[in-house]
Amino acid sequence: METLLQQTVNGLVVGSVYALIALGYTMVYGILGLINFAHGDVLMVGALVALTVVQLLQTHAPDLGPVLTLLVSLGVSMLVCMIMGYTIERLAYRRLRNAPRLAPLITAIGVSFLLQTLAMIIWGRNYHTFPQLVSTMPLQPVAGVFITPVQITILVVSALLMVGLVLLVNKTRLGRAMRATAENHKVASLMGVDTNKIIASTFIIGSALAAVAGVMFSSNYGIAHYAMGFMPGLKAFTAAVLGGIGNLAGAMLGGLVLGLVESIGAGYIEDMSFGFLNSSYQDIFAFIILGVVLIFRPTGLLGERVSDRA
Amino acid sequence: MKRGVIMLALMGLGASGIASADTVVKVGFAGPLTGPVAHIGKDEQYGAQLALDDANAKGVTIAGQKVRFELAAEDDQADPRVATTVAQRLADAGVKGVVGHVTSGATIPASRVYEQAGIPAITPSSTSPKLTQQGYKTTYRVIANDLQQGAAMAKFATEVLKARRIAVIDDRTAYGQGLADALVESLKKAGVTPVGREFTNDKATDFAAILTKLRAAQPDAVFYGGMDAQGAPLLKQMRQLGINAKYLGGDGSCTSEMIKISGTAMTGDVYCTQAGIPLERMPGGKEFNERFKKRFNAPVQLYAPYSYDAASALVEAMKLANSADPAKYVPMLQKVSFKGVTGNIAFDPKGDSKEGAVSLYQFKGGKWEAFN
Repeated sequence: METLLQQTVNGLVVGSVYALIALGYTMVYGILGLINFAHGDVLMVGALVALTVVQLLQTHAPDLGPVLTLLVSLGVSMLVCMIMGYTIERLAYRRLRNAPRLAPLITAIGVSFLLQTLAMIIWGRNYHTFPQLVSTMPLQPVAGVFITPVQITILVVSALLMVGLVLLVNKTRLGRAMRATAENHKVASLMGVDTNKIIASTFIIGSALAAVAGVMFSSNYGIAHYAMGFMPGLKAFTAAVLGGIGNLAGAMLGGLVLGLVESIGAGYIEDMSFGFLNSSYQDIFAFIILGVVLIFRPTGLLGERVSDRA
Repeated sequence: MKRGVIMLALMGLGASGIASADTVVKVGFAGPLTGPVAHIGKDEQYGAQLALDDANAKGVTIAGQKVRFELAAEDDQADPRVATTVAQRLADAGVKGVVGHVTSGATIPASRVYEQAGIPAITPSSTSPKLTQQGYKTTYRVIANDLQQGAAMAKFATEVLKARRIAVIDDRTAYGQGLADALVESLKKAGVTPVGREFTNDKATDFAAILTKLRAAQPDAVFYGGMDAQGAPLLKQMRQLGINAKYLGGDGSCTSEMIKISGTAMTGDVYCTQAGIPLERMPGGKEFNERFKKRFNAPVQLYAPYSYDAASALVEAMKLANSADPAKYVPMLQKVSFKGVTGNIAFDPKGDSKEGAVSLYQFKGGKWEAFN
């Protein structure tokens, strides 16, 4: 029982990071029908920029205190990622908006390589130690479940950001314009919506979320690396598809489900398959679930029920 | 009758003539003599040179003929492609045996060339298990391979740490899996069955799921077969999940990166292994170091003693076979057994070192310290 509870907590922590990244994929897909494969690398840039800022602050302003240091570096990294998200959209995707769908997809993969290579040139190939500004030592266990302050922060911050994003999309003027653009951007622009601006805002918001996810990811695991964005990016994309790509609630649900499936799957796969499979099939297990869901619900878990894509 | 004629002819040549009539046996050396690891290559070259000098000074007689050994050194730049070219060059030059190469990446492709030429090659420092798994009759090494590290760690864990509940994780790479499998096999021989066996991959960052599963088995030691980039976060997450078991790793964990990334999770409960033994612990280490310094005016860098023993093993095999012809003396390498600088030199049928000395390190005072 203790183990199951702990696995659930593990799954929720990993899942909420996936969910946060998946939101970026799903927002862009909802509006443009584009799978932005560079999204995982935006996360990586976010983490590495934050790392550099933290290092600078620790040497030049050591009395700032850990919380303020983290907030300032998070702010800077969000800003850098927002500018980067805008630039990527403006330079790489906007010209291809009416091109066949394959062209922007290939471009996205190209941007991903570009970002990784640039990061490798700037930060080098080595693993970097990400400073532990929020404690990663476990608190007093409750019912045999160990959780660290940084993990609690991840759960709280992700929940707040997700609620915030849903409110933004459903309650504000910008959100309404985003939903209109998602439905039909030609008609939306006839109605006076500046669709270029809306699409750019989508990229900016998605990149900011990726920066937050990157900083949380690195704070939790204590490492940052130029290729760190690939795996979480792939998992988050899977989560977005699982939940129904283009659907905000779907991305969150997909992220959490994927995190839980991975965690519980890795923990119990051996017993469930009577020792035939083991934890080296951890990743395959997640993709089997994806396959099964897509066979029975081709649009994902929440793909059809909700009509307001964003 | 014919022999008598030769003898007469030799006598006629006088003293200096006899000296030059010594049969010259060329021994090859190949390793990086330029580039970033050139100091390691040069070190090994000197080690081999010293061994041959010693043999010449002592005087070796093969098939009734006094022989003089000469070293022919080639630079493989630690590059797999250059290594094969250099190997071919040595084979064409008619060397009777080779000490080398230095890095596994160069030794493996070169070993094929030597196998085809029928020339034995003994590497002082390549530890990849793949090298001797190729089934070549001419491939030997004097240093422990990665698998022997697993066995050494198993022995240490059960006998010194008295660990009975050992959990094993590996990253499913040839290196990590090989290490972990070797450990598990040795554990079973010692009557210890691992309490858990889990897997991850060499790109993973999150190990919470497998660690939580292992926690239920209450291990008192966790072995990780893999590199530091995963080992360090794994160690951290062990502590985050309240697993206070000892962390055991192979040479992939025995790095400064491991210490750097692990941060405060690094404690005296972390152990790792590395192939070979430090110079000061070798039986003939001190004396070797002094002679080495005197001869080359440079300190021993790393593997020179292993290189010395590799070259000595070639000479020993030639003596046993009473022939410097590779076809005749290669089988004798199996029978070689002598006390070298680094320990007892003898080979198993695959060509690995029988003793395969491995050193243990413990994290102490901010760095890896050799464990007594």
